[in-house]
Amino acid sequence: MQKVNITIDGVKVETLASKNVLEAALENNIYIPNLCHHPDLVPSGTCRMCLVEVNGGEVLAVACKTPVAEGMSVVTDNPVIRSVRQITLELLHVNHTQDCTNCGKNTNCQLQEVTSYVGVDEERIGQMRKNIPAVEKDTSNPFFTLDHNRCILCGICVRTCNEIQGVDALQFGYRGYQTVISTFMNKPVKESVCESCGECVVRCPVGALLPKNGLKPSREVKTVCPYCGVGCGIVLGVRGETVVSVSGDRESPVNNGRLCVKGRFGYNWINHSERLKKPLIRKDGEFVEAEWDDALEVIANNFSKYKGEEFAAFASARCTNEENYIIQKFTRAVMGTNNIDHCARLCHAPSVAGLAQSLGSGAMTNSIGEIGSAALILAIGTNTTESHPVIGLKVKEAKRKGAKIIVANPRRIDLCKFADLWLQQRPGTDVALVMGMCRVIVDEGLADEPFIEERCEEYGIMKESLKEFGIENVERITGVPAGLIKEAARMYAGNSPASVIYAMGVTQHSHGTDNVLAISNLALLTGNIGKPSSGVNPLRGQNNVQGACDMGALPNVYPGYQKVSDPAVKEKFEKAWGYSLSGKSGITLTEIVDSAYRKNIRALYIVGENSMLSEPDGNHVRKALQKLDFLVVQDIFLSETATLADVVLPASGFAEKDGTFTNTERRVQRVRKAINPIGGSMPDWRITCRIAQKMGCDGFGFENPEEIFTEMASLTPSYSGINYERIEDEGLSWPVPSISHNGTPILHKKRFLTQNGKARFFPLQFIPPSEAPDEDYPLILTTERSLYHYHTGTMTRRVDGLNNLNGMELVQMNPQDAGELGLAEGDNVRVTSRRGEVDAVVKVTRKSPPGMISMSFHFSESPTNLLTNPALDPVAKIPELKVCAVRVMKL
Amino acid sequence: MEKDLGKIFSSFRGVRGELIPVLQRIQEKVGYLPEDAMLQVADFLNVPESTVFGVASFYAQFRFTPTGRNRISVCEGTACHVKGATDIIKEISRVKGVEAGETSDCMEYTLEGVACIGCCALAPCITVNDEVYGRLDKKSVHNVLKKI
Repeated sequence: MQKVNITIDGVKVETLASKNVLEAALENNIYIPNLCHHPDLVPSGTCRMCLVEVNGGEVLAVACKTPVAEGMSVVTDNPVIRSVRQITLELLHVNHTQDCTNCGKNTNCQLQEVTSYVGVDEERIGQMRKNIPAVEKDTSNPFFTLDHNRCILCGICVRTCNEIQGVDALQFGYRGYQTVISTFMNKPVKESVCESCGECVVRCPVGALLPKNGLKPSREVKTVCPYCGVGCGIVLGVRGETVVSVSGDRESPVNNGRLCVKGRFGYNWINHSERLKKPLIRKDGEFVEAEWDDALEVIANNFSKYKGEEFAAFASARCTNEENYIIQKFTRAVMGTNNIDHCARLCHAPSVAGLAQSLGSGAMTNSIGEIGSAALILAIGTNTTESHPVIGLKVKEAKRKGAKIIVANPRRIDLCKFADLWLQQRPGTDVALVMGMCRVIVDEGLADEPFIEERCEEYGIMKESLKEFGIENVERITGVPAGLIKEAARMYAGNSPASVIYAMGVTQHSHGTDNVLAISNLALLTGNIGKPSSGVNPLRGQNNVQGACDMGALPNVYPGYQKVSDPAVKEKFEKAWGYSLSGKSGITLTEIVDSAYRKNIRALYIVGENSMLSEPDGNHVRKALQKLDFLVVQDIFLSETATLADVVLPASGFAEKDGTFTNTERRVQRVRKAINPIGGSMPDWRITCRIAQKMGCDGFGFENPEEIFTEMASLTPSYSGINYERIEDEGLSWPVPSISHNGTPILHKKRFLTQNGKARFFPLQFIPPSEAPDEDYPLILTTERSLYHYHTGTMTRRVDGLNNLNGMELVQMNPQDAGELGLAEGDNVRVTSRRGEVDAVVKVTRKSPPGMISMSFHFSESPTNLLTNPALDPVAKIPELKVCAVRVMKL
Repeated sequence: MEKDLGKIFSSFRGVRGELIPVLQRIQEKVGYLPEDAMLQVADFLNVPESTVFGVASFYAQFRFTPTGRNRISVCEGTACHVKGATDIIKEISRVKGVEAGETSDCMEYTLEGVACIGCCALAPCITVNDEVYGRLDKKSVHNVLKKI
């Protein structure tokens, strides 16, 4: 980037040619008063406070709107500048509440800072002051207030909501003296499209937007957000033993300080009164509080009875890598079985299984940051702005930079607003849609032949299978017009680099693995793998679901995806752990539930998982768990699943422990302890270690998570170059094969991770969803997530503000269906499938296409998974959570 | 209204720059800008709904409430103000039973004060349904009101 030399107040300064005068001055520690400037935003020149003299010109220039130029000479202060700034500032004070000591922004206020520099004439302000009645404060949002009387109309909030969030809840309303920051129709913020991310609150230079919880922390601790797989860097503000604030870590390469509503405001569960504080043992059907020693004794005695194939464990994608490592080690070494799995089975098992076959690794091929620079993004089966909000911001960023966006989703999701094309395929027809695009690319000669020739295999067989996907046939299957499919194919092939992002809409099908392979075919066909901002990017759901998979909390692999069936691997772990291990793959989570039902599995150890709400066909899950001889649930709250346990163990939350999470882009990041464990709870790794020790087993005498990490890294090639010291400031993306290796943000650059280094095409066939709507069950139900809640709601449902914003299960239904059923918004309805029934409330919305309703699964009062279909994908064993047939009846 | 909107939208391309003309056409047809219509405009033009409101509330020409069958606008420009526009407003308000800036309960009259209507030589003046009446006083305004 070209540099230029300018002079500011006689000081010679070198700066980038892309800067403006204000930025050049500020970065060289020369203060120019400003109110509407924010480094994250495009300069707007609204506040007129940064007026300066440029090259002796008579007309003052707005510093933030004046680009620097070679040889430029700037004067930041003289009598004329001073008087102009002063009168402008006084006019702001005339309309500003003068009660600084009562304001949450006192001592941290830009207006105060500017005033102390520029100075004002109190008498003149008094004369000009208008007797405008105070506007009532908008307190409708549970997390922050909007006080117009303190607003200086700098527009930072408006620009933040537009440029950063792309939500546009706020705008200048009315004009002249009446101008206010306003929502649509100037309604209360809560009734607007505001997503409560709080980015405007963070940037407001005065006290107009303030968080409701104004407690200032006494210390701060950097860690990683415990919600979705994005893995945003956060800073916990702690006062005493209570977490009182969360802010985004601006130094984090993942989120650059940005957060969503859950990350920023959803933390009150940490110190919630309902946290489990003591072990509970069931005696005569009732839970009785117990001492740790007694609880561990009961568990050790019972687990000893069920060693081998009668035992299974669910690890947790909510827990740290160290904890998942310990849980799988315990299951394999102490219990002698590979019956270990976790909720990845319900989300990205097809990605792990599918991409491992085609590319050699089942993780995101590229990093989150690269998404912002893609030339095209195909978002298929992902409601990114709701489920991975901060990645959603990256998509919007790409759009602003000129990228093409293609959304493929049956529902009209928010991203459709940003899309150049929206393909509204019928649920469960993704294979046809994507293979249809492949066919167009091949037929029109748009494929990247040299890439295919050099780096792929089995192209011919795949090409053969494209015969089935003629455009008319694809249109008939998917419901997407042929012209649109062709346009999408050309757009995808014609804009490089193109990145595919996808999530549960692709995987949670009885043919989820095929869906993933179709996407992999598409990317390989156009050479969109192995280069920056391209790739196949499964967005992982939970904070550490990538890590839990990496740690071998899966029935067929040890840490680092080393196969249990490989005798050399088995021998390596036997030697390292000092135990004889089973060479037989274990059974998957969904199969474990079935086996429990059939009484083949008799003891189950569930860590941090709420199977009762998260698994399909909830009634079946309940019966299965009730048939167990011995069930241990280890959690932070008494979840619905915990209520069925024989022993409940109180675990510590993420804020109470050290360790690492691996986010969706494979970045291993440090989790740091901010407060001591709540009550008598213990970190999960310590609990599992103590169970093992109680059973008299060696190899679990760890003093801290770092020791566990060291052992794990020594056995896991992709983690072997990582240690706590190296990831102190910034996480590294695996594989990190050696201590001098700097991580691998982009996979498959020169060689695929398959055995022979080549990627594989897969021939595919279209298979419809296992349940189709019929006369009795005429509607399709698909499951989705709400921005305001997380998974089964164990944490978020205990945050009042989040419940305030979204407090109940909503059946989202097209106006046409609602009309036919005689339903109106807010009606109570019963949704019935072949497996169960659930009551909820109707929300009429055009976001749902006719014939299809959607529900989340965050609400234990309306457990949607009583309805869903447990039909499994034959390869990945993931249930078809995205499609089942239901009927809806008014209550 | 759905039908009206569909007809109006059909003569536009659906791009951001058409916001003001679209709003004008709706107001012409409906008499004001209903909330739901503005939401549909936002959708049609792919413009944030807050922006639609921001623009609509900036210009005095747009209204968010229905108007009466007869719209009485009293000029409050400098010349009319000096010549007694305030008295005229008060008188109309008294006779027709409607406050300035409001619409009578029977939806018959809307009374509003407006900025200069460009007939200063006729001050004080009013318009009734876009017809101008000038050189009024508290008495002569009755003659105008009788006609409506």
